[in-house]
Amino acid sequence: MNSIFGDRKTIFILLGPALLLYTGLKIVPVLWSFGLSFFEGNTLRGFEFVGWDNFAAFFADPAAIQSVKVSVGFAVVATIGQVTLGYLLALLYVFGLRRGSSLVRTIVFFPAILPTVAIALLFKSFVAVGQNQGPVNDIINFFGGESVEVLASTSGTMITAIAMTLWTSMGFYAILLYAGLLDIPDEVLESARIDGANGWQLVRYIVLPLSLPILMSSIIFSLNATLKVFDSLLALNNGGPGTSTAPLTLYMYRTAFEYAEYGYGSTIALVLTMLSLVFTLAIFKSSRKRVEE
Amino acid sequence: MTISTPVQPGAAPAPALPRRRSPMQRAARRALRRLPIWIGVTILMIVVLYPQVWMILGSFKSQAEFLSNPALSLPETWRFDNYVTALTNGNVGRNYLNSIIVTIPSVILIVLIGVAAGYALEVMIWKGRGGVLLYVLAGIMVPGQMILVPLFIAYFKIGITDTLLPLIITYTVMGLPLTTFLMATYFRSVPRTIFEAATVDGSGPLRSFFVIGLPMMKNAIVTIGLVQFFSVWNDLLIALTFTTRPAMATIQVGLLSLGDEYGSTQYGPLFAAVSINIIVLLIVFIGLNKKIMAGMAAGSVKG
Repeated sequence: MNSIFGDRKTIFILLGPALLLYTGLKIVPVLWSFGLSFFEGNTLRGFEFVGWDNFAAFFADPAAIQSVKVSVGFAVVATIGQVTLGYLLALLYVFGLRRGSSLVRTIVFFPAILPTVAIALLFKSFVAVGQNQGPVNDIINFFGGESVEVLASTSGTMITAIAMTLWTSMGFYAILLYAGLLDIPDEVLESARIDGANGWQLVRYIVLPLSLPILMSSIIFSLNATLKVFDSLLALNNGGPGTSTAPLTLYMYRTAFEYAEYGYGSTIALVLTMLSLVFTLAIFKSSRKRVEE
Repeated sequence: MTISTPVQPGAAPAPALPRRRSPMQRAARRALRRLPIWIGVTILMIVVLYPQVWMILGSFKSQAEFLSNPALSLPETWRFDNYVTALTNGNVGRNYLNSIIVTIPSVILIVLIGVAAGYALEVMIWKGRGGVLLYVLAGIMVPGQMILVPLFIAYFKIGITDTLLPLIITYTVMGLPLTTFLMATYFRSVPRTIFEAATVDGSGPLRSFFVIGLPMMKNAIVTIGLVQFFSVWNDLLIALTFTTRPAMATIQVGLLSLGDEYGSTQYGPLFAAVSINIIVLLIVFIGLNKKIMAGMAAGSVKG
């Protein structure tokens, strides 16, 4: 039996295409890009080996440091926001709406499949001022305030980007965490209730600890996704005002493909990869420790 | 609820009257207690739905109507002018076509190659398959930015930068690791005896893949196919990188430039172009929401 399932020809035919594509177009380019980060130049100009110069340049480059701040800041705030909102929604589905939550779950989830570019254009029009003023400023006007040009400031742009990210993804995280909450056995909740735990105590001492693993994987997933933020900040305000809200991904894209600095662009990509690795490991380690305690 | 019942009989001084009223009172009290939940749900629905409805209604309004009558009013007449302008002026029609041309082959390739690899890694038994699975898994972690520059150079050297091939190839490669991994997990949940029985009946392992493995994975294929469809359709980064001229742009790249073009002057065509996206995806979602939600959740927990 095992010799039949060990048939080399079959393995080769089925696995060959995947391994060939993956190795040739993912692993080799990753190593290639890693190598490029020690060079300066592009294909037309030629490449010159510069050792660690690109990395030194990166840490002395104010635009690069700003882009790290934008990416990390966005990732931290968006992650806290979307996991918290998702968790609250999941609690609402499980304990508030119970069996009737299906329609609400589906409606709140829907924005998660919409293209980020489309959502960014929607939010851009939503906060717009001037000739085509959007509802946000209409509301401000209604209460007697002056129209605010939200996208003219760095903080306004970041807040809008965070708001649209939360709007888009909270339903998705709610589904993730909802699945985790459903796994908590009813008997555990019931016995806690009989012991006299009220709603808040139930959540704090029973539900939260039991859903910690799924919370941790949501946080790791969210950090990894939001560190690579690109579409929303680009489509919302083109990384502006100026380049003050350009994340690492956008800075990398511009460096490599608009200024044709392939070497330095690769260095920025490597920093981004390292950052997501460090974030993942840090969360992973801290969650391990907490579970052990 | 269960705790309070034994106390009540002793606490109630006149049992006859309250007892008759109590079911209604209890129902009223319960409705009152549910009130905050329903207020919360209403606010939630407004927050989620209002922006979408606002945009779709806006796409049917003329510029003048949009300005005079912005918030949440139905258009005076349902005009499709904006849709006509959006699809004929500029490249939006072409953009949608490009997106379709790119997305369909990419998703088919990802799923086919991925399900075959999953079968080879899970159902077939050979030395080193665990190591190969880990090797594939490592690719999920690496951001797309890490491969863009080398791929750009390579595509340029082969001379395919003026076609849509770079997009199809890159999407396929980007989608493969997760798909392979998920397919392997799905095959793990199929009892081995099914494949073994087929072998006893004289079916070779390759035949078993096409006759048993593939049909059995029908559900998984649709689920993962949908997830990959959205990630390819919605992608901006790769499309932007490998698009060398406007006529080759996908819809996301097209929308981005449309935003710059119309953004502050004319909302109609822009809203129409975005609304097409929302409406089409909404139709897909209404039909397939269970599968989409399950697939996206599965894809992330492992990622």
